[in-house]
Amino acid sequence: MFDNASIIVGLEIGTSKVCAVVGELNAEGALNIIGVGQARSRGVRKAEIVDPAQAEEDVRNAIVEAEQMSGAEISSVYLGVSGGHVRGFNNRGVHPVVSDDREISEEDIQDAVKNAKAVNLPMDSHIIHAVRQHFSVDGRDGVKNPVGMLGSRLEVDVHVILGNFTRLQNAIRVVKSPALQLEVDDVVFNGLASSLALLTGEQKEIGSLVIDLGGGTTDYAVYADGVIKHSGVLSVGGDHVTQDLAVGLKVPLSRAEQLKLEHGSAVLDENLKGRTLVQHNELGLPAKSINLGHLRHIMYLRLEEIFQLIESDLAQAGLLDCLRGGVFICGGGARVPHIDQLARRVFQLPVTLGRANCINGLKSALDQPEFAAAIGLVRFGSLRQKRRTGTSRLGGLLEKVRTSFQFGA
Amino acid sequence: MNPETSPIPGPRNLKILAVGSAGAAVLRHLRRAGTHWPALALNTEAVADTETLLLDARQIRAVDATDAAQAEAALAAGLPRLKDWCAGAEVVFIIAGLGGKTGSAVSHLAARAAKEAGALVLGFAAMPFEFEGGRRLRQAQRGLEKLKAAADGVVCLPNQKIFKLVDENTSVLDAFGVAGELLADAVRGAGRLLASGGLIEIHFDELCEMLRGSHAESLFALAEAAGPERAREVVEKLLAHPLLDGGRALAGARSALVSIVGGPGLSLAEVNRVMEPINHQCEGAQVLMGAAVDEHFAGRLAVTVIATRREESKAAPEMDLTGQLLNPQETERPASRFVAPPPEMTPEKMAELAGKRTSRPRKSASRMKQQQLPLEIVSRGRFDKSEPTVRNGEDLDVPTYIRRGLVLN
Repeated sequence: MFDNASIIVGLEIGTSKVCAVVGELNAEGALNIIGVGQARSRGVRKAEIVDPAQAEEDVRNAIVEAEQMSGAEISSVYLGVSGGHVRGFNNRGVHPVVSDDREISEEDIQDAVKNAKAVNLPMDSHIIHAVRQHFSVDGRDGVKNPVGMLGSRLEVDVHVILGNFTRLQNAIRVVKSPALQLEVDDVVFNGLASSLALLTGEQKEIGSLVIDLGGGTTDYAVYADGVIKHSGVLSVGGDHVTQDLAVGLKVPLSRAEQLKLEHGSAVLDENLKGRTLVQHNELGLPAKSINLGHLRHIMYLRLEEIFQLIESDLAQAGLLDCLRGGVFICGGGARVPHIDQLARRVFQLPVTLGRANCINGLKSALDQPEFAAAIGLVRFGSLRQKRRTGTSRLGGLLEKVRTSFQFGA
Repeated sequence: MNPETSPIPGPRNLKILAVGSAGAAVLRHLRRAGTHWPALALNTEAVADTETLLLDARQIRAVDATDAAQAEAALAAGLPRLKDWCAGAEVVFIIAGLGGKTGSAVSHLAARAAKEAGALVLGFAAMPFEFEGGRRLRQAQRGLEKLKAAADGVVCLPNQKIFKLVDENTSVLDAFGVAGELLADAVRGAGRLLASGGLIEIHFDELCEMLRGSHAESLFALAEAAGPERAREVVEKLLAHPLLDGGRALAGARSALVSIVGGPGLSLAEVNRVMEPINHQCEGAQVLMGAAVDEHFAGRLAVTVIATRREESKAAPEMDLTGQLLNPQETERPASRFVAPPPEMTPEKMAELAGKRTSRPRKSASRMKQQQLPLEIVSRGRFDKSEPTVRNGEDLDVPTYIRRGLVLN
């Protein structure tokens, strides 16, 4: 039906759900979302796979659903990854320009970036992304593209996102397993993917924070001056809220999850103080009463803590003042009523609930905050393919990422 | 418990006073087990095979628990004979079942008489079952208090505890039989402690010192084992003994008497193997041990432990409303809140006191030690197996509301 090359699939193996999004890249280079498949995830904790067999089955279900909906055959995916082992930091690389005329060439840039990547890393860590931020030529900062400029000393700032090699490999192995027979085009950090889906170029320019409140982890990324400045993973998510409720209200996890969905909110409500909800057992007799005030309080404290931890991390990085674009929240956590109010209070910034609004396609898929990361993966793939067909391929992950950030959006 | 056991060598001048029908029953058990120490029964009816000091049933029946005079009158007639009988005994064991009439009414008087005759008095008291009703329990409690005040030490068996020893189908008669046998065991164990010819003898003075003035309630347990592994088995049995609350009672013991009886093959290593765990259990307690050899115990090992509880802060005697109304003269005035000012002291006096303190180190200092509080473990629930998420020293998997100290009531 379609040329397979123009089909781009994003696969996110999340803690609460596995989600596959199919995008179609047409000849004009426009991206269109044509199918979505999802399945409840059972083999994942804190965004890392703990039961490969179970995860495999869930991935298959999601892929099959996406194939049916889009009518396309899926053979390769862009895989989203996250987890407590993933972290981001900034680094600077220096390269002396050696050519006679002191003109900076593409090779000089490559060398500078290579130097920036040569960080003292633990043995088993693997660089997922190394995104160029800005160049500086002979001490002059803020150069966006130095090719063709003259100078003797080229410096580059990169944002490096790295993870544990074996733990990343676990997710890749599930996708590549004999039962699924899928190829992995690339591995992408979920926080980055979410921001690709949510942010427009302007928002990146004026500074924005994207928070993906997932089931097992909360991924976040900060953009300012058009480039990624900071990223991180907090291994706390919706599962923790459920767990807190189960412990605090003394109910089973499944019941806690249900209570969270039905009665949860991110803000305290004085009216609910002391109000109870009577649970009935299978015989219809009142079995247990749940204090709604406690429910709210437990949930509020956990969500507030998540935001506070992110806020303190950003404050440490000195980035809180450059977020004029505000905060964007996506992921399942964005569905919590009044989560925007809570975030506004903690960050003191305008808060928007994320919509993947820079892509065309199925309205039903784009409107769901849970799909932001998977849609972002598709967008990542599309930007990479555009780049590949447009210019000669320079190779290396770095180039791909550079594409997405400098020419994308 | 061992009908084939023939007479145990009699301890020096030990005499047994069996008070009431319960006392007589215990005496019967002792006799059946072959313990023929000189005994006197104190009862309203004659006891077979035993010298009996008959009490007037009518007078006993008239004894009001609150009226000491009536009880004294009931025993008055027999008192000279009782004292005569006790004369020359070093130790008198008083066996009584409290809660009934005779035991509660006269056992403390008998103890006083024996003490006046110059003997060390050790009481063995059975407390009624809970089903026997609150009235009897209260009566027994009062009797116990009085007996404690009169005797040097009291070993107490709350019958309720034998529920843990007997199965559901045991008849009431058998249950009382078990209780009687247990008490007989305790008497025998205590007697053996004093028995001469021991491998390791207990100094009589030490025993006196330990019991004298303690007026405390004691718990006891007896365990027996045979075979090559007997030393280990007997300790295991002892530490799991329901009467010692599964060994917990030992941990809270102020002092403990351990009597070990074995066959001629009893080795010092065996004694050591028994004592080591017991000593470890009663850390901080004064442990007094005796070991004796008895050819009837060939290949077997019997250990009796009598543990005296730490003196707890004198709790006000349990008194419900009816008790207060019926016995107004017994209600105690609460301790005054007024704290007397320190006495005026001359410098010489102070110097003298200070000198005293330094010259004689306080004995209790050695017992003062840091108590270990039970660690409250907060379940990590579904994150139990996953890598903990620790930030700033906090385990984020623990519910936020617990870490922030929110009390849900």
